[in-house]
Amino acid sequence: MLPQRLIESLVGLFLIFSLFALTVLAFQVSGMTNFLPQKSYSVTAAFDDIGGLKVRAPVKIGGVQIGEVSRIDLDPASFKAVVHMKINKQFKDIPDDSSAGIFTAGLLGDNYIAISPMYNTTFLKNGSNIEYTNSAMVLEKLIGQFIYSLKNGDDNGDKNGDKNVKK
Amino acid sequence: MIDRLVLTGQWGIHNLRHFGRAGILFLRILFGSPNLRRGFPLLVQQVYAEGVLSLLIIVVSGLFIGMVLALQGYHTLAKFGASQELGPLVALSVVRELGPVVTAILFAGRAGSAVTAEIGLMKATEQLSSMEMMAVDPVRKVISPRFWGGFISMPLLVIIFNATAIYGAYLVGVKWLGGDAGTFWSNMQSSVEFHGDVLNGILKSIVFGIAVTWIAVFQGYTAVPTSAGIASATTRTVVYGSLAVLGLDFVLTAMMIGEW
Repeated sequence: MLPQRLIESLVGLFLIFSLFALTVLAFQVSGMTNFLPQKSYSVTAAFDDIGGLKVRAPVKIGGVQIGEVSRIDLDPASFKAVVHMKINKQFKDIPDDSSAGIFTAGLLGDNYIAISPMYNTTFLKNGSNIEYTNSAMVLEKLIGQFIYSLKNGDDNGDKNGDKNVKK
Repeated sequence: MIDRLVLTGQWGIHNLRHFGRAGILFLRILFGSPNLRRGFPLLVQQVYAEGVLSLLIIVVSGLFIGMVLALQGYHTLAKFGASQELGPLVALSVVRELGPVVTAILFAGRAGSAVTAEIGLMKATEQLSSMEMMAVDPVRKVISPRFWGGFISMPLLVIIFNATAIYGAYLVGVKWLGGDAGTFWSNMQSSVEFHGDVLNGILKSIVFGIAVTWIAVFQGYTAVPTSAGIASATTRTVVYGSLAVLGLDFVLTAMMIGEW
């Protein structure tokens, strides 16, 4: 049996080693960078259709993440989906006439909100509402519309339909 | 016919008593008043014997499991043109399932069997009864430190297993097969959640640690004090421990996914 002092230091090394592994898991593997919650302000936007948007989906301007979706509610009067977003404090100069749209990352990726900034000189602040919104493009709806336009289209549509049949 | 019935009843009562004794031992371990000054060095010794000495097998198997997962996953994903998803594939399967389960089964084989054999031999050579003669409680002196040692070691071993497995996957997926390091890590980071994936895996490992060390300690404590008895108790530790881990894993996964 090893002396107690050596055993204790080996166990201490073991503990330190596993703590190191835990920090690797936390920061390198799960990317937990928001250990201390960043200061943010909350903005809402009402959409007709949010598609597959989920809580914690990213909010982006020009592809750069500036915040995330914190809550999704349904407005009981207008039946619109009210999306609450948290935007980091450092991006505080977003014009309040900007528009928000829901896009899909890639063909099958997750949904995210993209804000396209406009030119007003008043800015979004805590609790303000983004008025101009574009709903999510739902692939099934688009396909449905396309098929509908093929069936009930004018001559042009019929020609296209014939072409497709001949193929 | 009556004999059959009697035998079945006897078998049932025997098993029931066995479970009852296991439960009583567990309660005595949990609620036995600990003696910090004397108990701590014993606990450290057991963490050394069960944790530090298991480190080699855990690190080596973690490395190779990560490497082989990356190798298999890369070729399958490449068929669908999705080889950039290698990082999430490896990280999620290791952190959620393979890490806790494989570590617990290895732990049952490496440390659990040693604990059972040690306690069983102590019982066979009547060291436990002589402790009782000297008014030293064997549960406090022998059983408790081994249980708590395993309880502490198991989550730490799982964390180390997870980290080495992911490093092994990095070695194969990036260094050998030539995937991109940035995609590997960033895709992994965007799809692995610390709370939902990593912490749930560690929670699983805590439950497995309790189950495996409890079985090991109980099998040793109730072993038939002969060489054949110790042999079968050691076998039972590994078999029951592995089965308990696999069964509990299903239950825990069902609870965590929320289909309960």
